[in-house]
Amino acid sequence: MSIERLFIANRGEIAVRIIVAAKELGITTIQAYSEADADMLAVKLADETVCIGPAKATESYLDVNRVVAAAIEESADAVHPGYGFLSESPEFARAVEQAGMKFVGPSATTIERMGDKVAARQAAEAAGVPVVPGSKGRIGSVDEAVEVAAKVGYPVMVKAAAGGGGKGIRIAQTEDELRILAPQAQQEAVAAFGDGGLYVERSVKSPRHIEVQIVGDGDKAVHFYERECSLQRRRQKVWEEAGADCLDEETRENLCMAAVALAESVNYRGAGTLEYLYEASTKEFFFIEMNTRIQVEHPVTEMITGFDLVREMILVCGGAPLSVSQDQIKRSGHAIEVRLNAEDPFMQFLPWPGKVESLKMPEGEGVRFDHFLYEGYQIPPFYDSLIGKLIVHGKDREEAISKMAVALEDLEINGLKTTIPLHKALAKDPSVASGDFHTQWLEPWLEAGNLKPENT
Amino acid sequence: MSQVLSPLPGTFYVKPSPEAAPYKAPGDAVVVGDVLGLVEVMKTFIEIKAEFAGTFTAYIAEDGLPVMAAQALAEVAE
Repeated sequence: MSIERLFIANRGEIAVRIIVAAKELGITTIQAYSEADADMLAVKLADETVCIGPAKATESYLDVNRVVAAAIEESADAVHPGYGFLSESPEFARAVEQAGMKFVGPSATTIERMGDKVAARQAAEAAGVPVVPGSKGRIGSVDEAVEVAAKVGYPVMVKAAAGGGGKGIRIAQTEDELRILAPQAQQEAVAAFGDGGLYVERSVKSPRHIEVQIVGDGDKAVHFYERECSLQRRRQKVWEEAGADCLDEETRENLCMAAVALAESVNYRGAGTLEYLYEASTKEFFFIEMNTRIQVEHPVTEMITGFDLVREMILVCGGAPLSVSQDQIKRSGHAIEVRLNAEDPFMQFLPWPGKVESLKMPEGEGVRFDHFLYEGYQIPPFYDSLIGKLIVHGKDREEAISKMAVALEDLEINGLKTTIPLHKALAKDPSVASGDFHTQWLEPWLEAGNLKPENT
Repeated sequence: MSQVLSPLPGTFYVKPSPEAAPYKAPGDAVVVGDVLGLVEVMKTFIEIKAEFAGTFTAYIAEDGLPVMAAQALAEVAE
């Protein structure tokens, strides 16, 4: 039984994106919105709409009972969670299924399993996906930490097993350092969490963030190649590419096929992403986590493969088998996406929502702009600052970068502050051009004053 | 009497955390730079600081509710 009435439990550009894909499939769209979002573009585009509560996300988009009740009330037969909000909540997936509707994502059990770092690591190891070398489980003593470190090689990261929020983490370059730092991490962990269990893993040097897009139908899975998302600020991706030019063909093949093996081993249904750290100096990659949803940066993959991933995830979650086999998925050219946020890049990225006074959009072959803007739209201050994504596709990385520079010049959003100047500067930067960056590159670059109004 | 205005649209809070006491009570002295409240905008909390000294009179905007840019948040007698 396929999906006929799709309830969209999200907002912003991803809601617009889902509506477009669903309409092309002939599915009736039902858009949920909070009181602060009555004017949003998705509400104007959807076939039907329903208000699910006040501006505050905890009382609307994040309220499982309210969202599920609204979907039942509207006679939806499926719910698309988008990204963020409840997209990776096993409780939500379970409630949707228990109400007799389809969840456009994996099963609650799969979300639960992949959301648990230890369980996800075990599933990855079992499927032959390389993980960061480290202790098997928690260790109780400094001597044991030293023993593990000798095996995995220095530098090592010693972490409190019960940790979180960056507490109880130390990086040791040598055994002597580890003997000093491990007890510190242990004390910090006892103080913060009442648990002195430690965990040791190799510290990856200048890691690049590489991720593989997969789609599964609950039985078979395919990959749509990889993306590189190493340009990050405060662990938020800023600029994303497909493919990752730093990989050689053999490494790419191994990385992508290991992702398919993991997806099939957990009977994955829907779109998902395996995130890896890649150490360019040793050509090693390590699984870090799996995102069990469609991601913000999915368009770059669509640009290089020609497939509509949102359409595909709606189809498989409606019960259809994968519409595509691995040999039909080819990559061509290079794509780049930049995230446009309503923030002032010259004022510590202070959020700066406003009213869209005028809007001029870039056009042309290989240019895509995913957004939820229109002239006269007041961007609400209650949700995250992403207002759109600019995506370009060129025959190679060099052409994609120059296309991005041109598209950014052609894009004008007046009435608010945006991160367009940051992207203009990155598109001109020699390190970005040569691909010489990693996940800890952007913040020092900003601190060094590389972003100046006159350069953008 | 001078009004403290919100620099941005968002959600106004008179307390640093739900359990804490309000930053200021009527009659409290205010010096330049004192934090009078928070405006949450797009998941970021911005401290609203006094730009003039005086005596705190009252909060005008309600705790935990949306405010517009340039909306009056509090009053200080100079």
